[in-house]
Amino acid sequence: MHNKTIIQLAQGLRSGEFSSVELTQAFLKRIKRHQKLNTYITISEDSALRNAKAADVRLANGNPELLTGIPIAQKDIFCTEGVKTTCGSKMLDNFIAPYNATVVENFNQAGAVLLGKLNMDEFAMGSSNETSYYGPVKNPWDMNTVPGGSSGGSASAVAARLAVAATGTDTGGSIRQPAALCGITGLKPTYGRVSRYGMIAYASSLDQGGPMTRSVEDAAIMLQTMAGFDEKDSTSVDLPVPDYSAGLNNSIAGLKIGLPKEFFGDGLNSDVAAALETAVNEYRKLGAEIREIAMPNLNLAIPAYYVIAPAECSANLSRFDGVRYGYRCENPADLTDLYTRSRGEGFGKEVKRRILMGTYALSAGYYDAYYIKAQKIRRLISEDFKNALAQVDVVMGPVSPTTAFGIGEKIGNPIEMYLSDIYTIAINLAGVPAISIPAGFVKDKPVGLQIIGNYFAEDRLLNIAHRYQQVTDWHLQPPKGFE
Amino acid sequence: MEWETVIGLEIHTQLATKSKIFSGAPTAYGAAPNTQACAVDLGLPGVLPVLNEEAVHKAVIFGMAIEAEIAPYSVFARKNYFYPDLPKGYQISQMELPIVGKGHLEIEVDGVSKRIGITRAHLEEDAGKSLHEDFHGLTGIDLNRAGTPLLEIVSEPDMRSAKEAVAYMKQLHELVRYLDICDGNMQEGSFRCDANVSVRPKGQNEFGTRAEIKNINSFKFVEKAINYEIERQIELIENGGKVVQETRLYDSVKDETRSMRSKEEANDYRYFPDPDLLPVFISEDYKAVIKAQLPELPQAKKHRFKDQYALDEENAAILTYSCQLADYFETALKESGCEAKLCANWITGELSAALNKAGLEIMDSPVSSERLAGLLARIRDKTISGKIAKQVFEEMWQSTATADEIIAAKGLKQITDTGAIELIIDKIIAGNPGQVEQYRSGKDKVFAFFVGQVMKEMQGKANPGEVNKMLKAKLKR
Repeated sequence: MHNKTIIQLAQGLRSGEFSSVELTQAFLKRIKRHQKLNTYITISEDSALRNAKAADVRLANGNPELLTGIPIAQKDIFCTEGVKTTCGSKMLDNFIAPYNATVVENFNQAGAVLLGKLNMDEFAMGSSNETSYYGPVKNPWDMNTVPGGSSGGSASAVAARLAVAATGTDTGGSIRQPAALCGITGLKPTYGRVSRYGMIAYASSLDQGGPMTRSVEDAAIMLQTMAGFDEKDSTSVDLPVPDYSAGLNNSIAGLKIGLPKEFFGDGLNSDVAAALETAVNEYRKLGAEIREIAMPNLNLAIPAYYVIAPAECSANLSRFDGVRYGYRCENPADLTDLYTRSRGEGFGKEVKRRILMGTYALSAGYYDAYYIKAQKIRRLISEDFKNALAQVDVVMGPVSPTTAFGIGEKIGNPIEMYLSDIYTIAINLAGVPAISIPAGFVKDKPVGLQIIGNYFAEDRLLNIAHRYQQVTDWHLQPPKGFE
Repeated sequence: MEWETVIGLEIHTQLATKSKIFSGAPTAYGAAPNTQACAVDLGLPGVLPVLNEEAVHKAVIFGMAIEAEIAPYSVFARKNYFYPDLPKGYQISQMELPIVGKGHLEIEVDGVSKRIGITRAHLEEDAGKSLHEDFHGLTGIDLNRAGTPLLEIVSEPDMRSAKEAVAYMKQLHELVRYLDICDGNMQEGSFRCDANVSVRPKGQNEFGTRAEIKNINSFKFVEKAINYEIERQIELIENGGKVVQETRLYDSVKDETRSMRSKEEANDYRYFPDPDLLPVFISEDYKAVIKAQLPELPQAKKHRFKDQYALDEENAAILTYSCQLADYFETALKESGCEAKLCANWITGELSAALNKAGLEIMDSPVSSERLAGLLARIRDKTISGKIAKQVFEEMWQSTATADEIIAAKGLKQITDTGAIELIIDKIIAGNPGQVEQYRSGKDKVFAFFVGQVMKEMQGKANPGEVNKMLKAKLKR
């Protein structure tokens, strides 16, 4: 059952081949069997079974939706009423939200069954899932390597078939990079397509939730439930949501693909480059036209990102002060002591590093040199994408310069860690959508291909990615031991 | 040396919206702690602000009323600082692009009018309250007020005395209530003032170093705090000291200001645009609609009252102090058809005194403008005298009866029958030969005695004009 797609499972539930309770139990069993992957922070067994039972009733009564009874999991950044939401931090180890994130509510309405909450880098800050208070997540393709981050728990769980599908969030690559490193499909929608309400903010102008699945077909179904205008999020966009599954099989003959030369220079592992070349060739066979393009400002993405994201996070994380909820230090002597120790003890090293960077960048006398300048660069990068997407339909490139790296390999060197998002960060700064799909293996480790589209052209991206999955089987291969 | 004072005010007006500026929670005052605060106001993880359009509307109304530039594009910013009653660790405010730009307000001090510049007015959310009593050495947090919409109105340093500052504050207070954008309740903190005060030698162009006095919540205290601060600064400089830039608190019990924090201790608020909120766009059409709906403003109304009704400055000022009072006057005047001065005197005199005594506002007056008009009409047509009218008014205050009903029931109708009056006059003259003698020998004052006696005899119902006329004739020397 755990290798089936959402459509196949939905058919099985309707034909009576299995019930949602049986399906849920099967996944709960797998989750427990593979606990050493450390993908789940919370397994919500009781509520999952309760919801599965309700889904079976709904299925029997004949008003189910496609996701009714399908077991999924949420990245632990989405607030879930009654189920602990930690954001991977000691700061929220005791936090149970009194409300549901809009994304969670959408899945509840659809009747999906929540298996639990997935591990992640603390407050989504990290590219390896090693900054989690709950310990690193392992990559099912090689237990000594990282799954990527920050949605590492989601990527690992989906690759290991510990959930049919999962949600992730992407601020600088946090859906796409772990998807690439774990050999799954991950879509970062256009900024504003999916509501951020109830999604704990890291960098508000960059954060975007999206689906993490084994196939593009499943991603289309998941996005259908996640996307849409939300009056509780002023930055969500009031545009109609197209039927994402409808055009998946459309022909892509004549598709114009741009390959920015900046994406294929030094720093990209040559084996990864070779795998991508093969993938691009596959598109040529499907009738696409390939062009080299220039995006001259892409090299400025990392410095701009590491001003803007920390600046926003430095304010976003101020609410974690030990006063109203979350971690509070023991026996505070006074107010200053309460603040400094609660935050000092509750936050991990990477989170503190980014809060300090952001506080510095916003300080009097530095604001213009850092924050204002970074915003100017951000506009230049957006221009690069607008220009590129005026010439071509989509831009393709790598997701990550390498395949999954070793646990402990980069955590001591933040700069090197930050460079692992070099191909994904610019997309968030521009706000355009991008998808990562499996495109082969290097030394038995998955490689991801990134496809970047125009604003709100998720349907087109899904179509282009799906055509590739129809002629390749990289996405169907399970990691050894998780078949 | 002669000193000149320079004052600028920052006034926080609470906008009278039903719900908060970034959430749907109610803004009602005085509820049990933390019962008017939702997830957004509590700053829970994951929540997002959504701008209340009504707050924007009220800010634009204000901007149009002070003839200010309304920003076609304004931006919300985060002001970062830690405080227990500030749930998010930042306040959503406006910094570089406020919604209301440069405008002005006319004030009048001792009959001289002066234009005070308004630098800007921006929207922001209020914080909660820290409660230090009743918690045995601990502090309680009440977040009911958190997220209440405020319009912070910043003046230019155009005021030169505490008197001008108070006149400006009163003018602004009157204006926001006219515009119905703020209830103006100073006790509940709906209208609060920070004053920037400095002194400089007369004739000097550069400003002196200023001190900011925070959170003064009455006109009287603003005047006292500024005057104390002026004295303090002058004394300091004259004794060879220097004023330091700092924030000070006014202690109304001791009538003094005290240092709260120096410039060095001041927070670096690290303002930056709030990425959770979109910029606010105000179109020309939007402004045109608001402009068309603006009520007559206090200054204009006062001038009109003086011109149209020939009222003196004092009466015109009192009657236009609130929109409701002005409406009351105009309704009563129209319904009664009496002279404007009579109507004005009744409202600023009898009615105001009764309201004050009962602690009521004009809109809660037991005697409506229509009922008062009924009374004034009977004075006008001489059915009753002014003195009897006061008696009728007292009855009206206690009941719901009309003036006519009371006059009829109590038989207070004025006697104009000259025959009846003559009988009484003859009786009084016959009974007081001594006084008649005095009057005839030139003591004019005695005349009032006769009037009093006649009125007493006739229970005040005689037409005073008639009595005067007839008495004069009978007592003819």
